[in-house]
Amino acid sequence: MAARTGSRMMRRKQLPDQAFRLATGFGAATIPAVVAAVGAMLTAGATTALLRWGPTFLWRSQWDAVHGEFGAWSALVGTLVSAFLALALAIPLALGVAVFLTELAPRWLAGPASLAVELMAAVPSIIYGMWGLFVLAPFLSEHAQPLLQRTLGWLPFFQGAPTGIGMFTAALVLALMVVPYIAAIARDLFTMVPPQVKEAAMGLGATRWEVVRAVVLPHTRIGLVGAVILGLGRALGETMAVTFVIGNSHRLSPSLFAASGTIASTLANEFTEATDELHLSALMALGLVLFAMTFAILALGRLLVGRTSAQGGGA
Amino acid sequence: MNASISANWLPRFAFCIALSLVAFGCKPKPVGGHKLRPGAAAPRNTANVMPSRAVHGILGAGATFPYPIYARWAHDYHQKAGLEVNYQSIGSGGGIRQIKAKTVDFGASDAPLKVEELKEAGLVQFPMVMGAVVPAVHLEGLKGLLTLDGATLAGLYLGAIKMWNDPKIAALNPGVTLPATAVTPVYRADGSGTTWLFTNYLSKISPQWQQQVGNDKSVSWPTGVGGKGNEGVAAYVQRVDGSIGYVELAYAVQNALTVAQLVNAAGRAVSASMPSVQAAAATADWIGTPGMGVVLTNATGAEAWPIAGASFILLHKDQIDPAKILAILRFFDDAYKTGAEAARALHYVPMPPAVVEIVESTWTTAITVGGRAVWPPAPAAE
Repeated sequence: MAARTGSRMMRRKQLPDQAFRLATGFGAATIPAVVAAVGAMLTAGATTALLRWGPTFLWRSQWDAVHGEFGAWSALVGTLVSAFLALALAIPLALGVAVFLTELAPRWLAGPASLAVELMAAVPSIIYGMWGLFVLAPFLSEHAQPLLQRTLGWLPFFQGAPTGIGMFTAALVLALMVVPYIAAIARDLFTMVPPQVKEAAMGLGATRWEVVRAVVLPHTRIGLVGAVILGLGRALGETMAVTFVIGNSHRLSPSLFAASGTIASTLANEFTEATDELHLSALMALGLVLFAMTFAILALGRLLVGRTSAQGGGA
Repeated sequence: MNASISANWLPRFAFCIALSLVAFGCKPKPVGGHKLRPGAAAPRNTANVMPSRAVHGILGAGATFPYPIYARWAHDYHQKAGLEVNYQSIGSGGGIRQIKAKTVDFGASDAPLKVEELKEAGLVQFPMVMGAVVPAVHLEGLKGLLTLDGATLAGLYLGAIKMWNDPKIAALNPGVTLPATAVTPVYRADGSGTTWLFTNYLSKISPQWQQQVGNDKSVSWPTGVGGKGNEGVAAYVQRVDGSIGYVELAYAVQNALTVAQLVNAAGRAVSASMPSVQAAAATADWIGTPGMGVVLTNATGAEAWPIAGASFILLHKDQIDPAKILAILRFFDDAYKTGAEAARALHYVPMPPAVVEIVESTWTTAITVGGRAVWPPAPAAE
């Protein structure tokens, strides 16, 4: 039977297959095309600024539209500091949430709590910004920042008036925005750890903590790196929430209580009213820097995941 | 088995075709109901205003500051004349770019364009409505009305005056209790016409400001924190004790902010209000200023509020479609002549009739279709 109808069946099978391949191939091709187009557009727009300053644009720290002096340094530092500070706060919190939900929480609590974590990821960023400005900033200004200044006030990071607006608040808000991303993925990863492995560890007399540390975390570390990178991507590009609370300044200060700025917040603030050719070009160049930086960090993340998975396979 | 395949492949195939059609965006179906029919935009209520039948809408883009009043005028005009005016408040920069690229019918800018730039792009510029910028303060323990002048305002924003009980402020405020609170200046983080006016005033008053910071829509602030938009500045000011910010008059009135008095060029302390802004407008030289780019900061009138300015409309001088440009000018004419009440209700200051006359005579001389003037419209043209 197969021999007789084989060729007809093949043809019948091929047609939808080819259409499907074409359709999905087209979809897949649009992604690199769009990325390339964005890169090309940013580069074209940034030409004036790049020709003027070249690579020094990266470490020039002035940003002065009146005198036509532009440099990415303060925004670049602000972006990196806010994103990594946020990650440093978010990672332990998110992992704690995920471990609690999968290993410790009673069933009646785990369901609603997981849902709440997912809901947190769905809240629009402007809501975080408004909450940060109207709720978190007053609280920090009246309680948390004075406390930090009383106890650790000798450090350069906690200088200046505790206004509740600045890098400190921005990093906290960012951390809260990143937590659900990392926590949701980590929870899914932890539930996928084979129960036999955990039971075996417990059978050997391991405590809950030892199981998490010696079995669950090593088993899922590749995925966890991916989750962290996803969170970092969000923190780097976050615009509205940061713009609300960071104080929007181009001055560099070691103090986390001082107003600062990120690349995304600078673009959000200045793009609409930038009439000067050079100003506009500098903003485009800033966008290009963020684009390249995000790209580099994601690539690095991929590399890390690849390396750990190779090690994991070998072990 | 064979039968089951034949039964299954058809819907699958159809699905794939549909998917690829969607992916390639094949054959966009004509969308009904949006076709331009002659007479579709015919006036519902034929008063004196009657747009040409071929014009079914005007598109403008630009400054955010006058957006509420432009939107109001557009709404009123639509009710009256049936013509849709769509104004997009994308920012002055965007408005200027779009009118230069001719993607919109008119542009709007908070800061006047320079004459060379107007000439180069073939644009004509005229003031549409005026507004004022006011300093809002939040100072717990302040008793009495705070008065500042240009020099102290510059000192506060330069970081030279650090405490509210500074002798320079105390000298301007005899009988007012000033607390020993640290000053936190709040500025607009986004580029804005409001910042342009504010820094223009400070540049005129303070040589140090002029040299160190200068005048633009966004500047390099020596100190302080930046909020996004009027609402961002107001939120920071309400948040931080000892802060001072600058916002539009309309915004300060609507949100009942504590506004300081300013000592003007005539040496008198004045409060920001409709009459004090009009007093500033009265002293301006609208005819003598090239491109009508009048800036009303540090005006000389005895009652003049020192930080005020107009928002401007940009049109191409050389127009193609006489019906379209006539419809646009009719809208602005109607806004000038009948829109003053709406403007005052929103705390904008309407242009005085004398200035409107100057603007409309500029339309006659500057705006042409194929070399012929289009304004004022001939009575028999309809």
